[in-house]
Amino acid sequence: MTFDVARVRADFPILSREINGHPLVYLDSANTSQKPRQVLDAMRVHNERHNGNVSRSVHTLGTEATSAYEEARAKIAAFINAGTPDEIVFTKNSTEALNLIAHSAGQMLALKPGDEIVISEMEHHSNIVPWQLLCERTGATLRWFGITDDGRLDESGIADLINERTRLVSVVHMSNTLGTINDVSGIIARAHDVGALVALDCSQSVPHLPVDVRGLGADFIAFTGHKMLGPTGIGVLWGRFDLLAKMPPFLGGGSMIETVTMGGTTYAAPPARFEAGTPPIAEAIGLGAAVDYLTGLGMAEIHQHEQDITAYALKTLIDVPGVRIFGPTTPEGRGGTVSFAVDGVHPHDVGQILDALGVEVRVGHHCAKPTCARFGVPAMTRASFYLYTTTDEIDALAQGLDQVKKVFG
Amino acid sequence: MMLDSLYQEIILDHYKHPHGRGLRDPYDGEAHHVNPTCGDEITVRVAADFSDISYDGLGCSISQASASVLHELLVGRTSAEIAGIHEAFVELMQGRGQGEPDEDVLGDAVAFAGVARFPARVKCALLPWMAFKDAAARAGVDVGASPEVKA
Ligand SMILES: Cc1ncc(COP(=O)(O)O)c(C=O)c1O
Repeated sequence: MTFDVARVRADFPILSREINGHPLVYLDSANTSQKPRQVLDAMRVHNERHNGNVSRSVHTLGTEATSAYEEARAKIAAFINAGTPDEIVFTKNSTEALNLIAHSAGQMLALKPGDEIVISEMEHHSNIVPWQLLCERTGATLRWFGITDDGRLDESGIADLINERTRLVSVVHMSNTLGTINDVSGIIARAHDVGALVALDCSQSVPHLPVDVRGLGADFIAFTGHKMLGPTGIGVLWGRFDLLAKMPPFLGGGSMIETVTMGGTTYAAPPARFEAGTPPIAEAIGLGAAVDYLTGLGMAEIHQHEQDITAYALKTLIDVPGVRIFGPTTPEGRGGTVSFAVDGVHPHDVGQILDALGVEVRVGHHCAKPTCARFGVPAMTRASFYLYTTTDEIDALAQGLDQVKKVFG
Repeated sequence: MMLDSLYQEIILDHYKHPHGRGLRDPYDGEAHHVNPTCGDEITVRVAADFSDISYDGLGCSISQASASVLHELLVGRTSAEIAGIHEAFVELMQGRGQGEPDEDVLGDAVAFAGVARFPARVKCALLPWMAFKDAAARAGVDVGASPEVKA
């Protein structure tokens, strides 16, 4: 069966909008994705019919809300092939999940001067700053994988970089700027050889390709609901249960305790230990509906569609004179996120002119300033694709770029 | 198209042929400002008597043209004149496109009236002006109260 992009698009009400008198061409899904009616409906029905607080009510609404919330957890566990739903911790977003790892795993590891944490130059700021903060608190040293000229992780120094002092490695699975999909198997194997833990920032991979946490072999992954057809305000930390069970809490409060006395507190088992306070209930249910939607279409099919779009986009952009692509220029080992420069025109100006034509791209540093610096630019223009992207939209982008060059020619 | 009000010919001219660009000596005050959302940067140097204002930076057409216009408008003026022009420019940028700019005061800077209709770009236009104000303060000259930058 071929992927029916027209039928998919019909599920997304926003895609029929016009922007500045032109049909919306939404090429910013790496920033946040659009949401299908199925997700919007699931959240609306929850709020209209089943709203109650979770895990603390005996009444019918509370029970319904709790079972819907836990059902969402189970769906997400199945989606990434987690061993048990108890390995799924709901957070606010990827950023909170990564901070949770840095805080709680960092404390479990009792880091001290001489210990090393390894990240990469390709990271989003949310997989940099929490580790910088952790190193500041503990005196541990932060070390970095570099990026090759063609936009791949430079693993040439891995034997030195990941060594017996390394306690934790945290790298991005798919880059939000270069689109690179990192084959992390070598890094995970090396890290585990030296006894280090591995976290993966899967914010851009889980939405776009099949991810199987048991196959991957990492210890933690983080991802965020709003980039995978779900709402904002919900993210996920997956962690191996034996590790989560050893980790101290991140935030303290209601729902994360076993018992509280004036003398002290004992903590609930994971995942509750890491979900202090009333969680984003409708949002978790919305994310569950998003996962159902993605599963219904098939992640392999979605990924194939994006590979086709990416191949078309790379070919189209390479043919536009004055356009330079950052990152891999063929679809192998990359996803549907393409950053580029237009010769002599600042990305802000590119983005502004494209917006006037209804083409929504992201411009700026993409919260990845070290990556931009690596390629010697303060900012990039980025077009990113998803299951609803069409080749016509890529053509609209190319025409928009012609217009950009006309204004600044 | 709305865009024409943003990318006025005057702005594009200043962007392509900037006036007074490049950092020069001597100077009495220098400031480096960054727009954290987009990464645009500018360095401005000021001589205390305003006989020269020099700058260099990385940024979009709006921020770069704005620096060029600033140079053209402010070099050789008195601090009182500069305070008046500075205030008029900031007011124009915060007017959401409603204000009627006074060409006698603002010269080429009136072309930025359209920028005020694009809230995301107001910060770009103001970047050199804020850096200038800091540089002037470091040169020991006060060119007016610090405005709240709303964008
Ligand atoms: C690779 C990567 N990591 C982390 C994040 C942070 O996601 P959020 O802002 O939802 O926490 C993003 C998205 O902006 C991302 O692309």
